[in-house]
Amino acid sequence: MICETTLDLYALRSIGIGEKLLPKSDITLCEQFVLIGSGIIWNLYFCIIALCLGFMFAIFTAIIRFNRYKYLSKIIDIYVFIFRGSPLFIQFFCAYEIFVLLPKIGFDINLLFTTVTIETSWLTKAWLGAVFVLFLNTTAYSSEIFYGALKSIPKHDIEAADAFGLSTKRKYRKIIIPTMLRNSWSSYTNEAIFLFHATTLVFFSSFPAWRQSGDALYYASYFADKTFNPFIPYPIIAIYFISITLLIILIFKIINVYFTKHLPKDRKKPIKLFANMVR
Amino acid sequence: MFEYCADPDILSTFEWFSCYLTNGKHLLFYKSFGLVLLLLIITAPLAILLGLLAAVGVKSKIFLLRLFSKAYANIVRGIPDIIFFLFIPITIDQLIEFSRHKIKCPEITDSVWQGSDFIVCSAAKLPLNSDPQWIHDIYGFLLAVLSFAIVYGAFAANTFYGAMNSVPPSQIETGKSFGMSRKQLYLSVIFPQMWRYALPGLSNLWMLLIKSTPLLFLLGIQDVVYWARELGGSKTSIFQYPHPDWRVWYFLSLLVFYLLLTKISELILNRLSKKIYIPI
Repeated sequence: MICETTLDLYALRSIGIGEKLLPKSDITLCEQFVLIGSGIIWNLYFCIIALCLGFMFAIFTAIIRFNRYKYLSKIIDIYVFIFRGSPLFIQFFCAYEIFVLLPKIGFDINLLFTTVTIETSWLTKAWLGAVFVLFLNTTAYSSEIFYGALKSIPKHDIEAADAFGLSTKRKYRKIIIPTMLRNSWSSYTNEAIFLFHATTLVFFSSFPAWRQSGDALYYASYFADKTFNPFIPYPIIAIYFISITLLIILIFKIINVYFTKHLPKDRKKPIKLFANMVR
Repeated sequence: MFEYCADPDILSTFEWFSCYLTNGKHLLFYKSFGLVLLLLIITAPLAILLGLLAAVGVKSKIFLLRLFSKAYANIVRGIPDIIFFLFIPITIDQLIEFSRHKIKCPEITDSVWQGSDFIVCSAAKLPLNSDPQWIHDIYGFLLAVLSFAIVYGAFAANTFYGAMNSVPPSQIETGKSFGMSRKQLYLSVIFPQMWRYALPGLSNLWMLLIKSTPLLFLLGIQDVVYWARELGGSKTSIFQYPHPDWRVWYFLSLLVFYLLLTKISELILNRLSKKIYIPI
């Protein structure tokens, strides 16, 4: 195949492995496909890390709000309001400027066999700073989704659990959290898709693409600028995004089947996509 | 703005700020907030119109129309909106200039894509190079409005499609048994009732639209983000300012602006949804 050399050169270009120089002239279709695909690695990385961490923290914060801990839930309310009420794009800009102003300090963390220095300047790099902002953003949205689902859990379910004498921990693990996830899974699927789409904003909002290793849209717009022909790079990136969006939907549908496997057929709810966008 | 601003060296801090925040560049900055609101006001009805057309198209009897509407509504949602904001303006621009090139300069037979350039004859340029700056500005703004309307029209199409399906089928059947035509059915049964089912979805869409307005910056329009970057930096591409890097304060003020905008919208939309009985 003709494309093999290009694949060798550029398949991992976005994470710094392979040819240093980007193609400048006589750009082939193959180069566009491979480089934009290599940029997708960054999008997936942002999305997966932020989504996994955000999922756990969202459940945690939703439960805190559900239990109305006096000050803590107030603070979380304000945090959710700020992150849900403002555009992610502005959040990126604000966070980046704040990260730049942070004093440059390194913290030594003593692992058993080696010492790792954590530097605040890492926050100005996309791999940590952008993930941090995306994490805060998705946590706020998911927290709201889960909080809404918690409020709609039937009271008698919880009362029944109490009557059975379940400990608080078991009550949450066996009754409340599964019900919450089942009820909110459609909304959460949409949130995951939106988060994946939002990862394209990172390199357009202050975060520099170090050594020209950026995400898919960074390369797509690079090609559009270089060839002045938008009809090739943007459809390519669209193909990538549609396929991964479909993949996300598939994964979440499989999880939905797992959540609802004990329910009778007429109570199984399929995932409603884009029915009511909360973002 | 004020008379005492003539000599900045003798001013107290408060006076200095009163001068600083009312200088010409800042007035442009404040005007750009109006630009954001203008975009919202123009885009929302356009998106609703496109959404309605597409939603009716999905239910159409003509196969091609149905296919096109479905493809439009589904493909746009599967792709990040920012890609459309980068793609649509340049595409429309090139399409217009390409067709004008074919009409106005038929004598030039060279391809318009030469290597890494897009070359049309100067008569085909839109807006013309000789046109004043404000025409260029308006042209750019219109392209932006169009891209926003296309993206959010696809979102609205889905909301309307769901809302049309929520209209009780018995009412549609009643209409049919009265011998109403399809057009009558849409105009006097479905459309008037659809709105209250669509309101929650449309409210979310409005929020989504508000939160995507900073992307105007990527379209090369001098919007709030552009001015925040220009004014906040201690040194920009054009000017050097007598203050350190204040971008963080400018962006925080943008954050507050958007928080206010979404909060006010939320309050209004909540009141609206309380007024309109929503049966879901």
